[in-house]
Amino acid sequence: MLGTTFTLAIRSILRHKLRSFLTTLGIIIGVAAVVAMVTLGKATTAAVQQQIASLGTNILQVRPGQGFGRGGGGPRPPDFEESDVEAVREQVAGVTAVAPQAQSTATAIHEGANWSTTINGTTSAFFTVQPWPLTAGRTFSPAEEAAGKAVCIIGATVQQNLFRNRQAVGERFRIGGVSCDVIGTLSRRGQAGFGGDQDDTVIMPIKAVQRRFTGNRDIRLMLVGVDETYDSAQVQSSLSDLLRERRNIEAGAEDNFNIFDTAQISATLTGSTTLLTRIVAAVAGISLIVGGIGIMNIMLVSVTERTREIGIRLAIGAIASEVLMQFLVEAIVLSLLGGVMGLVLAQVAIAIITPIMQVPWMFDLQINIVAFAISAVIGVVFGFFPARRAASLNPIDALRHE
Amino acid sequence: MAERVADPIIRLRGVTKTYGEGATAFQALKGVDLDITGGDFVAVMGPSGSGKSTTMNILGCLDVPTDGEFMFKDVHIETLDRDQRALVRRKYLGFVFQGFNLLSRTSALENVELPLLYRGEDKKTRHDMGMAALEKVGLDKWWDHTPAELSGGQQQRVAIARAIVTNPDVLLADEPTGNLDSERSVEIMKLLTQLNQESGITVLMVTHEPDMAAFANTIVHFKDGLVERIETGMRARVDA
Repeated sequence: MLGTTFTLAIRSILRHKLRSFLTTLGIIIGVAAVVAMVTLGKATTAAVQQQIASLGTNILQVRPGQGFGRGGGGPRPPDFEESDVEAVREQVAGVTAVAPQAQSTATAIHEGANWSTTINGTTSAFFTVQPWPLTAGRTFSPAEEAAGKAVCIIGATVQQNLFRNRQAVGERFRIGGVSCDVIGTLSRRGQAGFGGDQDDTVIMPIKAVQRRFTGNRDIRLMLVGVDETYDSAQVQSSLSDLLRERRNIEAGAEDNFNIFDTAQISATLTGSTTLLTRIVAAVAGISLIVGGIGIMNIMLVSVTERTREIGIRLAIGAIASEVLMQFLVEAIVLSLLGGVMGLVLAQVAIAIITPIMQVPWMFDLQINIVAFAISAVIGVVFGFFPARRAASLNPIDALRHE
Repeated sequence: MAERVADPIIRLRGVTKTYGEGATAFQALKGVDLDITGGDFVAVMGPSGSGKSTTMNILGCLDVPTDGEFMFKDVHIETLDRDQRALVRRKYLGFVFQGFNLLSRTSALENVELPLLYRGEDKKTRHDMGMAALEKVGLDKWWDHTPAELSGGQQQRVAIARAIVTNPDVLLADEPTGNLDSERSVEIMKLLTQLNQESGITVLMVTHEPDMAAFANTIVHFKDGLVERIETGMRARVDA
């Protein structure tokens, strides 16, 4: 009997192609919207995570001052000193490496090209704390670091603007009046999560930057690498205790430095994009339900329009459950067809939109299965009412129906 | 009286049918008694409102009497539920309507095969039986035409093929020539007569045209919800 009703349903759908297509349109759009929205949301989350991972995971950024701003009046809190770096590295358990940073800006000049960029003074620990592969060359040697030699590792943006993407290692350029040898070039990292081009940088030994650019021995930022096996909060807490002690902060007084945990930021941002994904998925889900109601409406109209047909079937000897099954199967087949077309449409939309949004392309099997399953459920739920109505028709009245 | 004692295939006893309730109630049948012998060709006549359509609906197992007995092949149809009556229709009855009632956008063969689908016949059987039925009505060459591509007379022949494809015991025809001109009407009546005589199928036909009723062997006249009179042995009484 199921084979018979299936045959009947398929025949009926094929006989009325336009009506069938219009019936499924709501489901097509609903399924496509759900799948595309959820996939794009997940892709955005992945992109955010990727950007944050490029900052380095398990890194604590330690800055003088409170929060992001400098705060209201009062004296400017002192920067860190080299001895602070030593102390953090030696005394805080769970710290793998500490990279001090001193920053300045200057204009770099090479063969008539000039480019204003950021100079980051640091140590080779910078490359231990966060992975940032070189495309060519090497990092600083201990001797260069100790002597504060004018050697540079340049970011991809600087390489592009100063050297027109040619091989730069071994070249020499001038930056803020200092002549500098390029010993390494960095791979491209892209935009930081908070704007700003991470590749627009020149990295030099911190002593060189302090001596030739900032004119002091202050350290504006410490990048602290944390061993993965340690609890980041525990490390943060002992780091905070150490710095309070070294900076003579009285008990009860507020910190005059802040510790910024990239893992925590990552979790926060991921949490908000996930929440956003859920919200758009819910909105798209509503459109899927509206699509289901569309199926129901057109099936109801279809039952009225086909009253005479139903009368013929009943007169010929179809029992009520067979008529019910035929209409139910029609609704289910239609919504499954709509589901399949919706999935295809979603893939097309994702392929078009991901490059525009600059998020990675992805295929999320789970949401595809879920959306398809929902379309089947919609077929059953919204197909049942019209089908029951068809099955309950009185054959005599149905045959007289004009 | 006892000219034919063969068991009647259909037996109505004191059948009444009332529509509505209370003050608006309308009694369409007021106690009909009727026997129909297997293999007969019966024309049911009467003015509108006389109860002939109601009787046909009951005989076609599409409706149930309010009171009384309806025996079909020794089964009390009035005791059956909706689905059981549908199964009786599926197995023993064939219907031909005034308005043809073919499925649109559906080929003649698919229309004829429809009752076989509900019987669960396989594809090959459906095709063979469907083509055989179309051949009986002389439309086997038109099997792939949809109703829109067929004339009224052809459509009614397809409808007859659909009604007889399951080899039913009884063919119920409700004004089968009502939508046709007289030439086509005669063709359809000749076809029904032929089926009745060659296949022994019992034909029950509602008509208000005496010309058409003249093809029948028995004519049942209805009036005011009762059988007024029965003329039988209309066909040349060769069997007497």
